[in-house]
Amino acid sequence: MTTTASMVWLIIGCALVTWLPRIIPFMFVRSVKLPDVVLKWLSFIPVCILSALVIENLLDTESKNFVTLDWPVFITFVPTLIIALVTKSLSITVVAGVIIMASVRFFM
Amino acid sequence: MTSTTDLHNEPTTASEDSFIQGVKDCVPTLLGYISIGLAFGVVGSASGLSLVEIALLTILVYAGSAQFIFCALLLTSSPTSAIIVTIFVVNLRHLLMSLTLAPHFTRYSMLRNVGFGTLLTDETFGVAVTKQMQNGKLYGRWMDGLNITAYAFWILSCIAGAFLGQWVANPEKWGLDFALIAMFIALLVLQLGSVGKHKIMHYLMLIGYMVVMMYGLSYVVPSHLAVLLATVIVATIGVVTDK
Repeated sequence: MTTTASMVWLIIGCALVTWLPRIIPFMFVRSVKLPDVVLKWLSFIPVCILSALVIENLLDTESKNFVTLDWPVFITFVPTLIIALVTKSLSITVVAGVIIMASVRFFM
Repeated sequence: MTSTTDLHNEPTTASEDSFIQGVKDCVPTLLGYISIGLAFGVVGSASGLSLVEIALLTILVYAGSAQFIFCALLLTSSPTSAIIVTIFVVNLRHLLMSLTLAPHFTRYSMLRNVGFGTLLTDETFGVAVTKQMQNGKLYGRWMDGLNITAYAFWILSCIAGAFLGQWVANPEKWGLDFALIAMFIALLVLQLGSVGKHKIMHYLMLIGYMVVMMYGLSYVVPSHLAVLLATVIVATIGVVTDK
């Protein structure tokens, strides 16, 4: 089994809808001067989106009929955050986070 | 007079706009790419995708969460249109990231800008905005170094995962799924570290709003949509409450 024409078209469709939002701002921002209020708005995007990506993983939306904390992930999150605050290092935080997560899963 | 400023500026520019520096700055993110890529290869083959299909998805779509959701939707035999619409919504956050980075690259050609956008991911976005906060400027060759390294490792890891399937059947057990989360935590801390002291309280308040929004929205929409909506709403609150 390799692939079928319909699967290739499906993948190409998914690739297109992923590609367009990635490139359109890069193409259009070159010719338009964004107003200050938009630039100000954009300056808040990094912190908001990075927190969203962290919070998304801390919440357990599936196992109960109300949203709770994903406890193993939350228990790992706290020391990892402290390590990030103390070391300010991306590599140390990632390696430490993985080790803590593995230990939490081992003991829980 | 002018030569002093030139001497002062030139070495900075040369070392900042370096492909190799971009590659080096990508290294801390690689554990994330490798572990998630391996996991995707495993999940992909378990979902009945062939090696060719896994490679095509990885090379053409190049978005971790979307690739996993693609497998999940295939397994539930969702219609083609539903799969494409879902993938579009899942990846719509890239529009915000691309919009945030694009103003820093307007001096480069259209073709290079399309290149920067094509290889944009959550991780390269995080590294790039942090670099921008620290240095005030972003450079094309550096961005290419970062992007191409990430892309190459993602493709290799996904394909390796498809081959190695049975041996790393459970990457979660080894805590590898946390690599990405840890990276976002560190990038967030680095972001906050580079905003001024007088702004930090404002940012912490916005993170508080993010927690509330994410929690509330998780009841009504899928989490990828919650990420998008909460970010748009709270960034707007940020503009309104900024003094």
